[in-house]
Amino acid sequence: MLHEFEVERYELREGPAYDFTPDRRDFLKLAATGIFVFLALPLEAQESGRGRRSGNSAPSDLAAWLHIAENGRITVYSGKAELGQNIRTSLTQAVAEELRAPVSQIDIVLGDTALTPYDMGTFGSLTTPQMAPQLRRAAVAARMMLASLAADLWNTKPDEIQLFEGLAHSGAQQATYGELTKGRKLTQTVTADLKLTPASAWKIAGHDLSKLNARAIVTGKEQYVSDIHLPGMLYGRVVRPTAFRSTLTEVDTTGVQAVPGAISVRDKDFLGVVTTEHAHLDRAAAAVRAKWNTPAQISNAELFAHLKETVETPVAWKESKSEIKTTAAYTIPYIAHTPLEPRAAVASWENGKLTVFTGSQRPFGVRTELAQAFGIPEGDIRVIIAATGSAYGGKHTGECAVEAARLAKAAGKPVKLVWTREEEFIWAYFRPAALIEIQAGASKDGTITDWQFHNYNSGNAAIRSPYNIPGQVSEFHAAESPLRQGSYRALAATANHFARECHMDELALAAGMEPGAFRLKNATDPRLRAVIEAAAEKFRWGRPKTREGQGFGMMAGFDKGDYIACCVEVTVINGKIRVDRVVQSFECGAIVNPLQLKNLVSGSVVQGLGGALSEAIDFAGGKILNPRLSAYKVPRFRDLPEIEIVLLDRKDLPSAGAGETAIVGIAPAIGNAVFHATGKRLRSLPMKLS
Amino acid sequence: MDLAINGKKHTVANDAPQMLLWVLREQLSLTGTKYGCGEGQCGACTVLVDGAPVRSCLTPASACAGKQITTIEGLEQNGKLHPLQEAFLACDAMQCGYCTAGMIISAAGLLHKKPTPSHEEILAGMQGNVCRCGTYPLILDAIAKAAKGAGHAA
Ligand code: FES
Ligand code: FES
Repeated sequence: MLHEFEVERYELREGPAYDFTPDRRDFLKLAATGIFVFLALPLEAQESGRGRRSGNSAPSDLAAWLHIAENGRITVYSGKAELGQNIRTSLTQAVAEELRAPVSQIDIVLGDTALTPYDMGTFGSLTTPQMAPQLRRAAVAARMMLASLAADLWNTKPDEIQLFEGLAHSGAQQATYGELTKGRKLTQTVTADLKLTPASAWKIAGHDLSKLNARAIVTGKEQYVSDIHLPGMLYGRVVRPTAFRSTLTEVDTTGVQAVPGAISVRDKDFLGVVTTEHAHLDRAAAAVRAKWNTPAQISNAELFAHLKETVETPVAWKESKSEIKTTAAYTIPYIAHTPLEPRAAVASWENGKLTVFTGSQRPFGVRTELAQAFGIPEGDIRVIIAATGSAYGGKHTGECAVEAARLAKAAGKPVKLVWTREEEFIWAYFRPAALIEIQAGASKDGTITDWQFHNYNSGNAAIRSPYNIPGQVSEFHAAESPLRQGSYRALAATANHFARECHMDELALAAGMEPGAFRLKNATDPRLRAVIEAAAEKFRWGRPKTREGQGFGMMAGFDKGDYIACCVEVTVINGKIRVDRVVQSFECGAIVNPLQLKNLVSGSVVQGLGGALSEAIDFAGGKILNPRLSAYKVPRFRDLPEIEIVLLDRKDLPSAGAGETAIVGIAPAIGNAVFHATGKRLRSLPMKLS
Repeated sequence: MDLAINGKKHTVANDAPQMLLWVLREQLSLTGTKYGCGEGQCGACTVLVDGAPVRSCLTPASACAGKQITTIEGLEQNGKLHPLQEAFLACDAMQCGYCTAGMIISAAGLLHKKPTPSHEEILAGMQGNVCRCGTYPLILDAIAKAAKGAGHAA
């Protein structure tokens, strides 16, 4: 099941002016024989600019392609990237389903700019709703070709042919898919909509399937980006400024010469070293003496006032005529993705052509960055996405790839650059901080009559309340961010859900209603009601407290096609919040792989615990003050509550991506439970009673 | 300098003193052992030294001379996976898998000392290992499963 991440507006750049993405002809050269199915992009995507003009030639309009080799191997090529979200497995399932072939017969090539068609990036939870049906379509077309080849072979009609378990059958005769190609080269381009197997008839998709590369992972053989070793490869390190927005004033690199096998690299304000042995890297980097000029910059103590002062559009409040009125402000700090594998890249140049292995959600975006950085055509660059120690929305950009390529260019040899944990904390980008102000109102019977919701800086995702509130005002206001910010799993949906769902409880309290009943009173969307009811039932919502310090809290929400409700039980002892139990219901249409979905939803709960209770970036004067795991607390084994996931499978609805929304539930549910336990309302993340 | 790793003797350069992690990864291509923090906080770099889990990012390679080092690559014996590796597969206890080697090795160290640990002992033994993908519940299942299997065999 899938998680990818919507791209933030900061990263949405214009598509490049030229497109040197390989096209049908290039792909056809990759194999001498077999069946080739090319999948044209849906027309609306071409018109919306995804199929970009490539100079004077035709638009690049392929979404994916599929090849069946003479030996029967089925290979699917898609520009999406696997970053631990398990799309390799779920896409394989989808193709296996339509091609009536075992999963083991299928290879998926992802995120290689030389082999896969252009793709904007793996984000927005779009792989399941868009790429999976597209690959299914290619597989259906291939299946129809196979049936007609078999019909020709056995002198019968295609609908007399049965395909299953990777074989074509007619009566007693059978043939492998590879045999049917018979050394020919057959191509087809699919544009029309083909009938896909409905979810209710799925035999492979819709069922549990373990990760396909799991054995390589448990034996330590899986090659992550930072594990890659090329012949003659050297090691690189960037020498960083001491603070953000600094300019280089003085540099002395003579000390580097004393380090065996080391060179220094300087290009304007970029400083780095390259060594032949990894053992000498620290010494070489320390030998670079640089002086930087750093302007004054604000600290996190001033952050929320700063966001309010620098807002681009003034916030206008409407006067409320409600019987019951509430107002409140909520704050969300910057947090770091902290993928366990920091950014890494291995770059090599050969005859002016550049190849970079890296981990990014946007292989083609990284290629564009490289082309711009080095002033070379995209066609001279190949970006290959290797296995990555995840990203959570934090690896959309290609800075590490660019740096590795710059160092490799200077060294004349392949260079591996692995960011240190500290670099990953400081020089990546953060989840945007937010200030959210709400004014709300209700009538005495608990109907919400006023809802004004203003988000400063963090974003639009899930900003509208899913409850039935005619005339609600929910607005995002861009402000000046003192730190570099970008995408993060679920984007601003976490901040917006935190503020909204905490405030739902505040309004319920003011209206004298029980929070569950108040939500159901204002929820008219049946899918929203269904998740609330499912979570409440499993949690046994409404039962009385049984011990001191105990508290129950709930939330509900909607984003990107997913419905969520979450109920938690906490215990507050001596001002410490312990989360005991979490029941989270989740509905994302027809479920593709229940096992993986459950893991993903439960993993999101665990990750969300960090933002809820412990994670926050401290900064001052352009420096990050806690760029270490010892100072920035992420969830660990002992933080783990009992987690129960209730999945609602809607086979009648299209599958939505599920890797993001599941993270938005835990923080507001905890906030509401802490209030229930203590009577104290915590309006700032991470939540602390002090 | 000689190091005994996964039952084999390796001669490694030690002209510039290095932490064991980097000798394993960059000199010996044993890249199953991962870097995650370099300060003993994440457990991704865990290896066994004489059966006990240590953080290779903070352990000078020279301190391991004369000791038996086991990395994730050495757990598989004669083509047979270690029960923990089997259990991680059976429980699908991974998302991106980057923490997995460190988790398995830490758990192997734990089970080595305490073949049937209590839930509390598992938590205590694993608290130093971080999984950012949040697969902790499945990792706990996998360790319990492997421990149970070992208990039966004993
Ligand atoms: S890399 Fe050694 S504990 Fe994190
Ligand atoms: S599976 Fe990704 S860090 Fe554990």
